[in-house]
Amino acid sequence: MKTTELPRWASGFVLPVLNLLSALLVAALVIHLLGESPLESLQILVNSAIINPEGLSYTLFYASTFVFTGLAVSVAMKAGLFNIGAEGQMYLGGLGLTLAMLAFDASLSPWLLIPLAMIASAVFGAAWAFLPGYLQARRGSHVVVTTIMFNFIAASLMNFLILKLIPEGDQNPASRVFAETAWMPRLGEWFPALGDTPLNIGFFLAIGALVIYGVMVSRSPWGYKLQATGLNQHAAHYAGVRISRMIIVAMLISGALAGLAAVNSILGSTHYLSLNFPAGAGFIGIAIALMGRQNPIGIFLSSVLFGALIQGGFDLSLEKPNIPQETFIFIQGLIILFCGAMENLYAPAVLKLINASNKASKG
Amino acid sequence: MDDFQLASIVVSTIRNAPVLIFAAMAGLFAERSGVIDLGLEGKILASAFVSAGVAYSYQDPWLGIAAGILASCVLAMVQAYVSITQKGNQLVAGMAINIAMSGLTFVVAQYFFQQGGRTPDLGEARLTDIVLPGMSAVADLPFIGWLYGSVIGGKTALVYLAFLLLPLVHWVLYHSRFGLRLRACGENPHAADAAGISVQRTRYTAMLIAGVLCSFSGAYLSIVQSGFFLRDMSAGAGYLALTAMVFGNWRPLHTVLGCLMFGFFGAVQVQIEGVDLPVVGRIPGALIQMIPYVLTVIVLAGLMAKSVAPKALGKPFVKSR
Repeated sequence: MKTTELPRWASGFVLPVLNLLSALLVAALVIHLLGESPLESLQILVNSAIINPEGLSYTLFYASTFVFTGLAVSVAMKAGLFNIGAEGQMYLGGLGLTLAMLAFDASLSPWLLIPLAMIASAVFGAAWAFLPGYLQARRGSHVVVTTIMFNFIAASLMNFLILKLIPEGDQNPASRVFAETAWMPRLGEWFPALGDTPLNIGFFLAIGALVIYGVMVSRSPWGYKLQATGLNQHAAHYAGVRISRMIIVAMLISGALAGLAAVNSILGSTHYLSLNFPAGAGFIGIAIALMGRQNPIGIFLSSVLFGALIQGGFDLSLEKPNIPQETFIFIQGLIILFCGAMENLYAPAVLKLINASNKASKG
Repeated sequence: MDDFQLASIVVSTIRNAPVLIFAAMAGLFAERSGVIDLGLEGKILASAFVSAGVAYSYQDPWLGIAAGILASCVLAMVQAYVSITQKGNQLVAGMAINIAMSGLTFVVAQYFFQQGGRTPDLGEARLTDIVLPGMSAVADLPFIGWLYGSVIGGKTALVYLAFLLLPLVHWVLYHSRFGLRLRACGENPHAADAAGISVQRTRYTAMLIAGVLCSFSGAYLSIVQSGFFLRDMSAGAGYLALTAMVFGNWRPLHTVLGCLMFGFFGAVQVQIEGVDLPVVGRIPGALIQMIPYVLTVIVLAGLMAKSVAPKALGKPFVKSR
């Protein structure tokens, strides 16, 4: 029998891998044009990001941040919302966390400080996502345009606020360093093989968030309503889902998750708030959500891939001056293009192949 | 504020606006045909770099502009292929182009010029100002000299082109056959299809026009305004242009007014930095920077005007059988 629809393994695994390979092929072509060997570059990249334990540890550190921004974009996407504002929401999450730490890091124990930091960053992130969500739900203003605006507003706001947070006598646009009690415990303390890297318990928080996301979205009644809203608003409405409420709640959760991404990168690594600290992690979240197809395992794998690209890319740029770090911003764009916008590029070909092999096995 | 400052705000508003006008008019063509153009930013960056790079290498600004048009059109065609032929997500395609170009322009600039992702100063290869007849004769007259010399005259060809676009775009959209078809594709592609118009071809053409117009925005940035290419020099101009278009309800005149308003706030921000104002005191530049974005959110919320986007915007056209 001829199938007209792709089986799940093909649409969930084969297509993303083919798309990813296409993106990497274009990237390899550019690296070749820059006069470097793509294969040798790949070797350096894999060596320094995956095989070397210290490098792997950095990869997982970056991945922990990306899991949160990827989940943030995914939750919104499940409700049919394209949240481009994860960058701004993460930025504001960092502000919330910093204000909480500056107030309490001298007086509270680590057992209270880290949960407090998580709550503060989630609340600030959610608050920053509330208005775009509200405007989309109640007034029909497109969430894409409002979240872009909110990214710009967040950047200007922080340019202004950071001046108030710089300790007296300092020049750097950054807050003071938090007391050591507010630092996230690093995994290298227990596993010396990982070396002195910023990989911290934030990694386990990320895994926890992935599990909770998986259960909530695909196994709970709430998740059913969320997905129904994203797939067909009218049908969901007639099934009794309160659409505008669902949109606002989805944006609040999305913003909270984006805000939480600040915990890993600030409390786990720098221990202070600096200008532009999200460094594009919010935009990488878009790529991760698209490539991982909003599936928890997919999000984890794509977060690790992007972590590896950042870490390996850093080492590669040191060895090959023609391949600067920015090359990986370009590759990130390619991955978004192939895995997000052209996700069904190979669907007809794969379908033909499956039908042909079915026919061959029968005949 | 004394008159001198106001005068220079007017002059720099006119200097700031063309970047936004070109891009917004490009967006207007794409979106009126039904394709969301979130990739303006990436196209601006690509054409800014290619224009500057070619203009420097061949010491010819016009060759630079031509090369910039090519670069921007290639991207527009990629975007069109993804959005129209592949029926992919148009928002995602635009974002992808913006992110990819932010990286690629730096990498290529670094490869060719080795100056930290910047092109060398263009020097003589910049576009020169046009000297209007009789400019020196009226230069000494108090108000007319300023108006004729600094507001109207002494601009590059691209500035005049930007302002000439308004009547041109208006005519094409509302009074030409092509414009009627274009709008039909954006409002009701099935009706357009039934009337024998090729929706796909119209949308491809619209994207190509958008590519050409958008390239001027980048060329203006690098070979008129700054005289070199710098990493991420568009600094959100593409998004701002898109916003001006939403602000102007997808109408040419209102869109240009939106661009002028954003240009004005940009100029005020530079002027007001560190100046003590009566009553309010010193306003930090970062807060003024925020004003256009906040205004846009207010407009989007429907508090100032009702947004009337083309009905089929963002929806890939699937021919019914």
